Amino acid sequence: MTLIQILIATVLFAVLGPVVGCLLAGLDRVISARMQGRVGPPVLQPYYDVRKLFEKEDAAVNTSERVYVVCALIFAVLSGGIFFGGGNLLLDVFTITLSSLFFIMAAYCTRSPYAEMGAARETIQVMSYEPMVLFMAVGFFLACGSFDVAAIAANPAGPAVLQIFLIFVGVLFILTIKLRKSPFDLSMSHHAHQEIVRGMTTEMSGPTLGLVEIMHWCENVLFLGWVGLFFVWGNPVSWILALVVVALVYFLEIYIDNNFARVKWQLMLKSAWLVALLGGGINMAFLMLI
Amino acid sequence: MALVGFLILFPLVAAIALFCIRNNQARNIVVIASAIIIAVASVILVVTNLGAGYTPFEFSSEAIDLLCSGISIAIVAVILGFSWKYKNIPAAVLAIIQLVMVLVLEFAFEVELEVPYGLYFDSLSLLMTFIIGVVGSGICVYAIGYMEDFQAHEPEGAKDRRPFFFGLMFLFLSAMFVIVFSNNMEWMFTGWEITTVCSFLLIGFTKTEEAIKNSFRQIIMNLAGGIGFVVALYCCAFMVGTFSFYDFLVIGCQKPALVALAVTALAFAGITKAAQMPFHTWLLGAMVAPTPTSALLHSSTMVKAGVFLLVKLAPIFMVCPVPSLMVIMVGAVTFLLCSFMAISQSNAKRVLAYSTIANLGLVTACAGVGSPEAVWAACFLILFHALAKSLLFLCVGTAEHHIGSRDIEDMDLLFDRMPRLARFMMVGIMGMFIAPFGMLIAKWGALVSFAQADQVALILILGFGSAATFMFWAKWLGKLAGIAGQPENVEVTVHKSEWASLLLMVVLLICGCVCLPLISAVSVEPYVVSVFGVFGQDISTDNLWLACICAAVVFVALFAGAGKTTSKQKKVPVYLAGVSRDDDNRSFQNSLSDSSEAVTRNWYLESVFGEKKIAPIGVLFNSLLMGAALVMVILGVGIM
Repeated sequence: MTLIQILIATVLFAVLGPVVGCLLAGLDRVISARMQGRVGPPVLQPYYDVRKLFEKEDAAVNTSERVYVVCALIFAVLSGGIFFGGGNLLLDVFTITLSSLFFIMAAYCTRSPYAEMGAARETIQVMSYEPMVLFMAVGFFLACGSFDVAAIAANPAGPAVLQIFLIFVGVLFILTIKLRKSPFDLSMSHHAHQEIVRGMTTEMSGPTLGLVEIMHWCENVLFLGWVGLFFVWGNPVSWILALVVVALVYFLEIYIDNNFARVKWQLMLKSAWLVALLGGGINMAFLMLI
Repeated sequence: MALVGFLILFPLVAAIALFCIRNNQARNIVVIASAIIIAVASVILVVTNLGAGYTPFEFSSEAIDLLCSGISIAIVAVILGFSWKYKNIPAAVLAIIQLVMVLVLEFAFEVELEVPYGLYFDSLSLLMTFIIGVVGSGICVYAIGYMEDFQAHEPEGAKDRRPFFFGLMFLFLSAMFVIVFSNNMEWMFTGWEITTVCSFLLIGFTKTEEAIKNSFRQIIMNLAGGIGFVVALYCCAFMVGTFSFYDFLVIGCQKPALVALAVTALAFAGITKAAQMPFHTWLLGAMVAPTPTSALLHSSTMVKAGVFLLVKLAPIFMVCPVPSLMVIMVGAVTFLLCSFMAISQSNAKRVLAYSTIANLGLVTACAGVGSPEAVWAACFLILFHALAKSLLFLCVGTAEHHIGSRDIEDMDLLFDRMPRLARFMMVGIMGMFIAPFGMLIAKWGALVSFAQADQVALILILGFGSAATFMFWAKWLGKLAGIAGQPENVEVTVHKSEWASLLLMVVLLICGCVCLPLISAVSVEPYVVSVFGVFGQDISTDNLWLACICAAVVFVALFAGAGKTTSKQKKVPVYLAGVSRDDDNRSFQNSLSDSSEAVTRNWYLESVFGEKKIAPIGVLFNSLLMGAALVMVILGVGIM
């Protein structure tokens, strides 16, 4: 029964995820522009951009790149379906990692030196945030007694964040990496001044690049969903609270994005692991021993 | 019973035959026929006894006890012979100590401990039977083609030592069957020592200076482990009063204080054989041997004997805190640090070796936790590691013979040059670390069991170790995925026997992933239930189905999607910040109108994850830990 529920959720997410993600991306651009003293594009600008990408000539350096990007998109949508369908949080985490892996392979397979450089950096990014993501899942398990998102969201004992606050802070830290925001946008940056060519997507163009954009929209929605899960419990009012928190967090990420310059990988790796070790470790030890 | 005896004796007969046969054609036929017979017999034994609990066989014989002593003497004679030849004193000293201890135990004290049920099997033995019989035989078949190339690369007039090589491979299989079927611990010890000496001879097979050095490192470490085993035998004789492994486990669970020393000694033996830090260097050194040897040592034999013993001891670890903590920490630290060190390696076999050690570390840690869920995870880790690792080693061996290097940096464009092999290798790599494959499901089980057992340190270690695992596999996978133009396809000359065993491993790996719930139900769960009496399944079938869907997508993408040559897409050259001249070589016109070639290498992060930095930490920590555990057990501190 859960399986069917998840498959239905996946289909729904395939439609709704990109829509919400597109609007979020549009808001991001407007808010960023205002922070920089510009007016900025219309909210629907990301949609216009992607529509234009699909109208462009279909050119590529090889035929495999598209296949890998499609796989990455499929797994991103599936993990969205698993999460919003109330499935297993660990499986969700593993599936989104699989999506990242295919995206990395898409970049590598072009053999562009710039894309390879971006892909190498992306593997370091994944390595940086992966422990904290895993600890997040374990933290929910320790706080709510289940890995199932449905069970966590229906937890009668109040929001999980009360018990796993340090883990929440840690997740906020690595969220910047996952959302590809400066200062941790090492593998591909939308700030032209701090990027050599275009990182991972150097060789991706036209429809392929459009698919990449859609994938990021889906990912962003999923990650913000993780943030929201910290604040949801059996009470329906909590959904509103979660939405408010998610909005605040997203604003915070945009603010960070506009105020920090890209760091080197050493700092990213060490700081992310330190946060995971301290935030995750202390919080989990606290839950287990008390 | 007959089949168990057959599985022990038949490889032995095949080994003797192979020692004698000098003719290539005849040897190939014997190897293939024997491998098929062993594989079929193993499968029959496994299938007819699915879900079997502990099934002992009444079988004991003075003659076999004497034979075991005789074999021990012969083994020591072999080691002494080589120590004399290569002037290695430590190996000789350890061998003599061990021999004296064995003979004293056997003849001086007149210990009359009959083990009426000399042989047995249970679901774990059967799982191992499958791995040894099917994967191990598959590797032997692969070796036919590999060794032919190997012999062709030897200098003109070099002696053909293949009879010796193949004889040892089958002897190895026989010894492994002895270990997994023997209830009599003295017999088990004999099998244990045969595997030690076989791998010693196989590692030193090429007789180069490095090979000799590494083979002696192996024998010294494993003889030390063997002495640990003998100490355990002494404890069994004088404290526990039985040589029956089953009785030992039962008594151990009831009176943990009585068996603490024996369990610690056995755990020490298991840790040396499973190449846990600080003993990991012998397995790293073992890669000088021909690749089939590495595949055999890493996937289906030798190291698996070590973890097999540890998993068997799991129920005692659950009630015996000191050895349990020792095993948990040694395994966990090994998993973490070896995953780190794998990042800094560019030699493919070395990456595989570190990943093997790391995964064995995880199995060791699971065994140390000893809860039903942890043992479930450990069994699956053993199974999927055997499948994926044998596939990877065989792929690397074949690639090495055709591209002339085992360096990952040289595997550029393998996707074009050896399309089928590269895809097999990618399946193997994905099988090692990524959802939806069995290995990750097993890690998932480990994580859940650690969370339930309140092992916060283990969860942290698993988290960081898995992240490092992602890094070193992903960059290798990326290297394989690169595509450019139409380089020459060099895989047409791969031997049929190599394809046959590669295909076998891929099929097994895929079937293993698809049939995971089934394997769990008919094999692993019965073992867990027979040992612990209870089992709570953590991973629901729905999730396993989702994993199956993911697996299907991955396989379709790799085998049907990627690498197509015809497409409606317009093909454009790679952007190189200059006019491209030769797309396949990534050369472009530079500012002086010359050609420049763009070169990229993977990242190895030497400054953070270098061997020199990390290895000493693990060696020191684990040595101190084991020393402390030994002292505590001898003094009886910390035991209930």
